[in-house]
Amino acid sequence: MQDTFIYEAKGQTLIIHMPKELDHHNCRDLRYETDLLMSECYITRIIFDFTKTDFMDSSGVGILLNRYKQMRLGGGRADYYGAGAQVTRVLKTAGIPALMSRYESKEEALYG
Amino acid sequence: MNRKEKMKITMDGLSQNEEFARVVTAVFASRLNPTVEELEDVKLAVSEAVTNAIIHGYPDGAGEVEVCAEAEITEAGERILTVTVHDTGIGIPDVEQAMEPAFTTAPKGERSGLGFLFMKAFMDHVAVDSKVGEGTTVTMTKQIGRQDK
Repeated sequence: MQDTFIYEAKGQTLIIHMPKELDHHNCRDLRYETDLLMSECYITRIIFDFTKTDFMDSSGVGILLNRYKQMRLGGGRADYYGAGAQVTRVLKTAGIPALMSRYESKEEALYG
Repeated sequence: MNRKEKMKITMDGLSQNEEFARVVTAVFASRLNPTVEELEDVKLAVSEAVTNAIIHGYPDGAGEVEVCAEAEITEAGERILTVTVHDTGIGIPDVEQAMEPAFTTAPKGERSGLGFLFMKAFMDHVAVDSKVGEGTTVTMTKQIGRQDK
């Protein structure tokens, strides 16, 4: 059984709704899918939505870091919202809060 | 009174078994009455070790991954969980280097290199025993119910 990612484009912003369990297995399609979307749309900002995510490991961090680097190369940014307790601890351990901004909700992430 | 219980699972080194391994281990660990946070730590560490075995131990295809866990209550009442993840894959030539943060040999650039760092951060102790051509065994322990951890 494979969780799927749901993508939502708002102007030049791409919102990626992350699955319930975010590990190596469930991450496999994300790279391909975002590359495809980014080749077709002009994206300057990625926002990760962790609202539904109960579990994330370092494979999830790898995905985030690579999308972050990709955005930075083009002068864009990557942020996230909806992180629960487990996701928050993992992001902190990986040093993500120094790179990406944390928001509580989609509205806050989109409109500050 | 010293009490020990153990379990062992052997599974194919397939990525869909990463979730299976961490959930089974968490269910086993729950008999030590851990907090939700402690259970999450265990799940994370198991996920990292099993993912390593699958990706790095068997780069050319699947072999078997064995996960053992032991729940111990010592005479002093300490609750200790020990988890061992074993593969018979290619082994790690330089364990010290492999355990450095952000070090990765994965070619596709999608790996963070944080697996061992996470195991060390979320468990109390991590030991890696590896022989090139023979495989790798990761042994992790965590004391359950310690306030400061």
